[in-house]
Amino acid sequence: MIEQNLSLLLVVIPLLAAPVAAILPGLRPPWLLALAVTWLCFVIAGWQLFTVMDGSIISYELGGWAPPWGIEYRIDAMNALVALIVAGIAAITMPYALLTVEKEIPRHQVPLFYSAFLLCIVGLLGITQTGDIFNLFVFLEISSLSTYVLIAMGEQRRALTSAYQYLIMGSIGATFVLIGIGLVYAETGTLNMQDLHLRLQPILDHRTIHTGFAFISVGIALKLALFPLHLWLPNAYKYAPSAISVFLSATSTKVAVYVMLRLLFSVFSSDILMIEPTEDILLLLGIFGVILASVTAIYQRDIKRLLAYSSIAQVSYMVLGIGMASNMGVTATLIHVFNHALMKAALFMAAGAVVYRAGSSRFEKIDGMGRQMPWTFAAMFIAGLSVIGIPGTAGFISKWYFVLAALEQHSWLIALVVLSGSLLSVVYIWRIVEVMYLRPATDTGLSVKEAPYALLVPMWSLVLANIYFGINTELTLNIADISVKLLDITD
Amino acid sequence: MKHDLILRVIAKYLFPVIALFAFYVLFHGEYGPGGGFQAGVILSVAFIFYALVFGMETTEKVLPLKVLRVLASSGVLTYAGTGVATLLMGGNFLDYGLLLSSKAAGQQLGILIIELSVGITVSAVMLIIFYTFANRRRPWEDHHD
Amino acid sequence: MIDVFISHYNYWIVILLMMAGFYTVINHGNLIKKIAGLNIFQTSVFLLYISIGYVDNGTTPIVAEGFTRYANPLPHVLILTAIVVGVSTTALGLALVVRIKEAYGTIEEDEIQEQDMIP
Repeated sequence: MIEQNLSLLLVVIPLLAAPVAAILPGLRPPWLLALAVTWLCFVIAGWQLFTVMDGSIISYELGGWAPPWGIEYRIDAMNALVALIVAGIAAITMPYALLTVEKEIPRHQVPLFYSAFLLCIVGLLGITQTGDIFNLFVFLEISSLSTYVLIAMGEQRRALTSAYQYLIMGSIGATFVLIGIGLVYAETGTLNMQDLHLRLQPILDHRTIHTGFAFISVGIALKLALFPLHLWLPNAYKYAPSAISVFLSATSTKVAVYVMLRLLFSVFSSDILMIEPTEDILLLLGIFGVILASVTAIYQRDIKRLLAYSSIAQVSYMVLGIGMASNMGVTATLIHVFNHALMKAALFMAAGAVVYRAGSSRFEKIDGMGRQMPWTFAAMFIAGLSVIGIPGTAGFISKWYFVLAALEQHSWLIALVVLSGSLLSVVYIWRIVEVMYLRPATDTGLSVKEAPYALLVPMWSLVLANIYFGINTELTLNIADISVKLLDITD
Repeated sequence: MKHDLILRVIAKYLFPVIALFAFYVLFHGEYGPGGGFQAGVILSVAFIFYALVFGMETTEKVLPLKVLRVLASSGVLTYAGTGVATLLMGGNFLDYGLLLSSKAAGQQLGILIIELSVGITVSAVMLIIFYTFANRRRPWEDHHD
Repeated sequence: MIDVFISHYNYWIVILLMMAGFYTVINHGNLIKKIAGLNIFQTSVFLLYISIGYVDNGTTPIVAEGFTRYANPLPHVLILTAIVVGVSTTALGLALVVRIKEAYGTIEEDEIQEQDMIP
């Protein structure tokens, strides 16, 4: 009985835990609850992925109302993969959160912090589970609203303005999605994604559908920080509490990429990319995003901002993969979604550990810290290699597939862009190495200890995962293959 | 406004009327326009009106912030709890038909519980928002005093 | 031509409101006005949904004797949810504005940026 409800419980368990966490007293009880819940979700998400690995689909009818009238949760390999990323990163972040939260968040806000964190997990997991397009919008807003709160809890006052800026941009994006859904609903009369797909095929060339599609795409592009709609992201990631930087950098843009994939290839279909100049727009924005964000990252003087710009560049790779609209391109995107979550979470954890000890993420404050915190620095270095795409790390696999996908379409430009993006990332990762390891610590004269184990253990488990998935690619490739087969892509 | 006699008298008489209307909207939701969200907002309006006339301190004696937090949480918990209860009875999440022996009666009961918990949460959250804004001291004005 | 214009009047209202709200969000430097603009922007979308849910000569979608044509209730339900989202967004936005005022002493965007320039 439990087994058939597990996909639903993945969303309901954190939803039940969130209000409880808000009224629990003290610092540790809310954390313990959140820890237990996230690990439970991780196990369920793992089981769910295992179940759909053979290409089967889990369908769950809420309230027993049959789709397309009722809300349906519909999980195939792609959903399960993204749900596993969200739940897994949440589970890894929780042990890391304990110390950083005690240091960064005022005592009386801690229960509310964990409550908002759990709500954010509800939203992100809900997006991955649902098969109803309006339900998706609601979960999108649940995750966004809690994200604004979490970012505003940062220590510096600029956290407030960053959260405000994100709130305005995010709400405009969400409202755009809402307009798009409304137009598509007006034309088809259904909200169920499966049903929508069937009804949309004969009318894909209608103006209303094009308008709706444009609104939805722009809204999602805002959420996934696609160049040039990325301006909210660097400040949001920099000023958020460390644990939140880790969690958001690894999950929120990835979930937005998932939404884009789902809407493009299983609600509309890749045909809509052919009718409009959408394909070229996506490719163009992707190319600009990779190059410009990487170049901007080089000029940053703050480690968290540097990593945030690197995130924008990496997301642009995924958009390139989507824009190619081929099986290979989407496979590369999915693999990169998974791998990038691993490497960026590790990097932001290391950056958070530096902030934990040094009290700042600005370059002039962390000169030479790498020699005093060798384990943190080593973790940062290996995760950095993964971002560059050195063979033997997870990053190499995704870069390899992007190049393959580009060459398959004889698009030398895209292959060149992927490679030059990697070269640019060598430069900005080297800047971190230079600042943290090669520069003398004369300016600050600060002597710090290695980060505590509570920070090192989650960080290193992600680093090891980076190496593991760089060598053993069977799992990620398999899942990506199965997911792509279930999407509607005409090569 | 504590000394404005007319306002105080009217407020006292209006409070039960507004509250009653809130419950009408809540329980009449099956037969007419209405439902938990609207009812919750109307109920919170009654308290906000009371607070505007009689002051925050008097209102907080009746409904302290701590109680509101528990109420807000308990509404969500009842909602999700109903869903879990239907799960335990062997159905799908929020499949209220199973709550009672006959399907129609079960659905009626289920939707009432759901709307009630929505109403509780909404009115508690609205009041929390109001309290938080109204009780905020204004440090930037302290300099002028 | 003019017929098309008039018979689709709901869309014109929606577009007008939408652009007014959007313009306010982008153009105004005052954080409260931005939120107000955002509200107008969202409200226009609510109107869009509700007006497309209307059926000619349809009544309130409640079963009663003598009525057979009903307006489509689904958009109303969807919009109720969107209104809740809008309320939360507004409350959160205003709360942030209060905190920003406490931290910076101003709610004008350019003045805040000036203060942020000095590290």
